[in-house]
Amino acid sequence: MPATAEIDNKNVKKQPSNNRFMKTVKSVIKNKLSAIGLVILVFIVLAAIFAPVITSYGPNEQDLGNTHLGIGSEGHFLGTDNYGRDMWSRIVHGASISLLVGISSVGIGLIGGIVLGLLAGYYRKLDGIIMRIVDLLFAFPGILLAMLVIAMLGTSLINVVIAISIWSIPGCARIVRGSVLSIKEQEYIMAMKSIGASDVRILFKHILPNCTAPLIVYGTMRMATTILSTSALSYLGLGAQPPTPEWGAMIAAGQNFMWQAPHLAIIPGIAIMLTVFAFNVVGDGLRDALDPNMDLNT
Amino acid sequence: MTQLLQVENLETKFRTADGKLPAVRNISFSMDKGETLCIVGESGSGKSITSLSIMGLLPPNGEISSGSIHLADDNLTEKTEEQMERLRGNTLSMIFQEPMTALNPVLTIGYQLREPLMIHKKMSKKEANQSSIALLEKVGIPNPKEKLSQYPHELSGGMRQRVMISIALACEPSLLVADEPTTALDVTIQAQILDLMKELQTELGMGVIFVTHDMGVVAEIADRVMVMYAGEVVEIADVESIFEDPQHPYTKGLLDSVPDVDGDVQDLNVIQGSMPSLDEEISGCRFHPRCPFATDICKEKEPPLFGVTSNHSSKCWLQEVKTNGEPNAIARS
Repeated sequence: MPATAEIDNKNVKKQPSNNRFMKTVKSVIKNKLSAIGLVILVFIVLAAIFAPVITSYGPNEQDLGNTHLGIGSEGHFLGTDNYGRDMWSRIVHGASISLLVGISSVGIGLIGGIVLGLLAGYYRKLDGIIMRIVDLLFAFPGILLAMLVIAMLGTSLINVVIAISIWSIPGCARIVRGSVLSIKEQEYIMAMKSIGASDVRILFKHILPNCTAPLIVYGTMRMATTILSTSALSYLGLGAQPPTPEWGAMIAAGQNFMWQAPHLAIIPGIAIMLTVFAFNVVGDGLRDALDPNMDLNT
Repeated sequence: MTQLLQVENLETKFRTADGKLPAVRNISFSMDKGETLCIVGESGSGKSITSLSIMGLLPPNGEISSGSIHLADDNLTEKTEEQMERLRGNTLSMIFQEPMTALNPVLTIGYQLREPLMIHKKMSKKEANQSSIALLEKVGIPNPKEKLSQYPHELSGGMRQRVMISIALACEPSLLVADEPTTALDVTIQAQILDLMKELQTELGMGVIFVTHDMGVVAEIADRVMVMYAGEVVEIADVESIFEDPQHPYTKGLLDSVPDVDGDVQDLNVIQGSMPSLDEEISGCRFHPRCPFATDICKEKEPPLFGVTSNHSSKCWLQEVKTNGEPNAIARS
């Protein structure tokens, strides 16, 4: 009997969260632009995951006899670059790099921002110090900050992640702080104190779940910015180094052959554009779905 | 009866731009195990602040400036914040006025119900789930297992208040502070919740401090009644004495202002004037500007708490005549 009881429990438990997830997805799809964005995103993610499966050449496999092949060539439907490397393979592998860098730097940025935001919102004494630091970060142009960090740490993709995560912290901290300021006055927080919950428990288990909706939206939008910045830094030679198939680096390499083989620069450019566009419109859709009239507080 | 709570000379002050203002002025009372003490008074009389002082949950600008609160053998005013955390929810607990806002909207009932069990009894999630089902059953919620995975907005106000009660009573506290728990509910639900609380009180043998301004609720649930006015205790007595033989003019005023639905159409009796603000210095008795019986001595000297009978006392000079001036500072010890 206990076994069935447990299964029952699990089933009952899963339903509401599934419902909420499906409800959100549905209202995102309702907006046509967001629906297109979501399809593009799913495609990019699948392509990144299955990159080795859906390509017949390695991203760095040179074929010096077949350089500068155009779009639609036999065996290389997106053509080849100046070393005869398959463009399709490089784009697809580039997608996984962009997504990895995006996810990790947004992730680190969110963690930092959440901790700072929670502390600043909850403890009045820390608020002043933390928010001044955040203001300072805000006042600094993001890409300049990233360049500064890379100048100090050296050029590599990991340092790009570090630089961009630092740059993601202030926005997140502000969002979280704002939510905490209103949530901490709610009676249910008082009720949790009255049963002896510690500050840490209240902050992470009772206040943080109330901030998730704006954070999901921020995180999605931030992915777009992050991917764009990564490419920008790599384009400037501060991020991924050749022969890494990073989109920005590919544009930088391709622009030398703009007249002979324009697709070398244009294809990675389109890839960046599509990805950024997809994240942005999905973010917009999520904001409409989650933010204002979401039944979170009814 | 053994004593559960003893509050002595409690004074709670608030730091404001105008300096420190006392919200609770030097009050003393005690209560026994299993007893229900109702604190009644108008808004701003300090009844909620008294209960928050006991819980150690005063807002950041409030502090207990003097006095002591003894719960069984513990002096709560000397406890550190961590020690209070261990007591709260375990030996003393609280339920709030608004069942609509006192549950976290984004967490399930089960999650919130597990919290006190996991904090104080160090239960695993599975054990806590089992106990939660039993708790919900105890407070009369149908299909408790299903309710665990529901969110607060899926429950009605009365159900939510039941959930609140089950959270507060999860660790079987010896003292429950209820801050107007029925004010936001409609009358039928109110009666159900009061019955439930009485039932659970007898079962667990806990003391209940019930803050309210509803004299009907007082008559329903109280063993003893403490009437507060402007941060002071003006009268404290068992419930029969308060209703049959109120001594303090303020208590009489409160009882008179309850409309009598059976009588003829009549004007509603009100106590003239309004509660003084916290910083208002009033010489003598703080009630004298509104008191119909005020005499010269009321304006000059603050009255002590006179004993009317062994467990009935009133802070009014009118008692001096009756008792030949024998003040009884602490009504019951």
